[in-house]
Amino acid sequence: MKKILEGSRAIAETVRNIGIDVISAYPITPQTHIVEDLAKLKADGEADYEYIRTESEFAAMSVLIGAAATGARTYTATSSQGLLLMTEVLFNAAGMRLPIVMTDANRAISGPINIWNDQQDAVTMRDAGWIMLYGEDNQETCDLHILAYKIAEKCLIPVVVNLDGFVLTHTVEQVDIAEAKLIKKYLPAFKATEKLDVKNPLTFGAFVTPGQYMEIRQELHDDLRASKKVMAREMLDFKKIFGRKLSLVEYYGAKDADTVVVAMGSVLGTIKEAVDELNKVGKKVGVVKISSLRPFPAEELLKLIGSKKQILVIDKSVSLGEEGILSGEIRRSFYGQSKAKIVGAIMGLGGRDITKEMIKQTIVTAKKTNEQTIFVGK
Amino acid sequence: METKTYKAPLSHQLNPGHSACAGCGMIVAARLLTDAIGPNSIMANATGCSEVTTTQYPMTSFKLPWIHSLFENPACLATGIAAALKKQGKEDINVVAVGGDGATFDIGIVHLSGMWERGDNVLYVCYDNEAYQNTGYQTSGSTPLDAFTTTAPAGKNSFGNPTRKKDMIKIALAHHVPYVATASVGYPIDFINKIKKSLTVKGPKYLQVYVPCVPGWGSEPKDTMTIAKLAVQTGYYPIVEYIDGQLTGKMKVNKKEPIENFLKLQKRFKHLFKPGAEGELKKWQELCDNNINEFGLM
Repeated sequence: MKKILEGSRAIAETVRNIGIDVISAYPITPQTHIVEDLAKLKADGEADYEYIRTESEFAAMSVLIGAAATGARTYTATSSQGLLLMTEVLFNAAGMRLPIVMTDANRAISGPINIWNDQQDAVTMRDAGWIMLYGEDNQETCDLHILAYKIAEKCLIPVVVNLDGFVLTHTVEQVDIAEAKLIKKYLPAFKATEKLDVKNPLTFGAFVTPGQYMEIRQELHDDLRASKKVMAREMLDFKKIFGRKLSLVEYYGAKDADTVVVAMGSVLGTIKEAVDELNKVGKKVGVVKISSLRPFPAEELLKLIGSKKQILVIDKSVSLGEEGILSGEIRRSFYGQSKAKIVGAIMGLGGRDITKEMIKQTIVTAKKTNEQTIFVGK
Repeated sequence: METKTYKAPLSHQLNPGHSACAGCGMIVAARLLTDAIGPNSIMANATGCSEVTTTQYPMTSFKLPWIHSLFENPACLATGIAAALKKQGKEDINVVAVGGDGATFDIGIVHLSGMWERGDNVLYVCYDNEAYQNTGYQTSGSTPLDAFTTTAPAGKNSFGNPTRKKDMIKIALAHHVPYVATASVGYPIDFINKIKKSLTVKGPKYLQVYVPCVPGWGSEPKDTMTIAKLAVQTGYYPIVEYIDGQLTGKMKVNKKEPIENFLKLQKRFKHLFKPGAEGELKKWQELCDNNINEFGLM
């Protein structure tokens, strides 16, 4: 049903319609509206999940480990410092192969303390063994949540759906909220193949010695890589049922572009407008959206833009002392297989606005610069 | 001829094949606990000896459904398990969380506090062996005054651990936990009775069981039960039970044992028997006497 509503409310209603058994919650700006809305839905008798208030984000994720291991479909949401606090549990959840789904309202990391949007928080969990998705707008973010449960439960890998804090969580726009009935057609009820069950007692989280540890870690690695194919298939199925397109990578702009801008999240809207204006005046520029940081669509990107002359990667995060996370991923994926000049631009840290003019100017700067990484603040 | 009946080796919920030390107080408590809660139970275990010794992949000693995630989160896991069971209409299943004193008194205390505050229907059992024994005898919040640990060693300028044991029972009572009790593995029937009684109480239950650690305390395997009894009979470790905040049970001290009888069986207190440590022994005796007075143990 099409509604005009805040991003957080759209996510809450989508999550409710998905049919969750156990939700754990701890507030943090800018995620708070999501868990508030979920609490209100329950208080108003419009949802039947168990809603657990926890004492920290560490606890929120730990509660979900217990619930998911008992066969429950689970959900939580967090942001920034909260995500960092749950780091130990994130690695454990993936290692235990529990299909937990979480929303991360992307926000800057302290210090200095800053509550506004960038994407530094989630990239710290890049190596935790989670599937990591990024929404461009509220519609796509809601749709990615439905997809997330399908992939998590098929691959037994947890999924985090990222959206830009404030920019999306607090923005009121039109979203077609998928009805529970329709979601059920796409996403059947969760049936855990192995769970904590008194009728079939199993041991979870055993102590593993050097004799077996590597194989178990490699299995997760292989399955995480293989999840890309599962995702591509499920995205096609999603379109059949919901009529909306999802993709690992998406190209927009001039077909014969020699310069391509790459980014994740809500900044793509601004970039697309800049590209439109540049295309109108005959500039050969395109833009690529990346929806999945893990698994990383390296082959897909190479096929799509490997032959371009110039690639400008816009990162709202940075591996301090090196370069942006996304630009590093692309440089690594393209090594020896593309002649493109790759420049990374760090932009929008701690809520700094990114304007169309800044994008246009950075495209010009990137052509001239000999630097791999530039900071663009104005 | 006298006949004895033994239970078949694999008929327990926690079975042989584990790698706990000879004379380990924790593993005895774990077997008593798992048999008392029975197969209609799900158990969440903190990292520590109780996890490492029982579930070396691909083997397990447990016959009941069991999960381990991290050091500090068994209480959270139990909350999640209880929530999932509630949603599935299986609230008749016992949910039990266990951890050592490091997991309980220190690193996991915020999560125990959260679980108690929420009032989750979970029995939490702390195996109290008074230090981080799995990592090699470091001081925890449960370590008593003057115990030798590797992070608070006794020496020319030190009598060992300089602080007194944290009072988890009072912390639990401050959370209005409806069932709070201590037990000692030296008194197995009392421990079993408390486990069974606690499971009839709805809401959070906290049971702290005293379990000697042979390598950590520097005691003889044969003395585990003796030490576990002496801790009680000296007045050092009061065995108490509170229901809804009211003291409903206490184990009487029949004949007060001098504290030296307890301390001298453990190398962690060896330095208290050297000249110059008389004042420390006096502090210990006062602690025991205060307990006997406070709880009316005699």
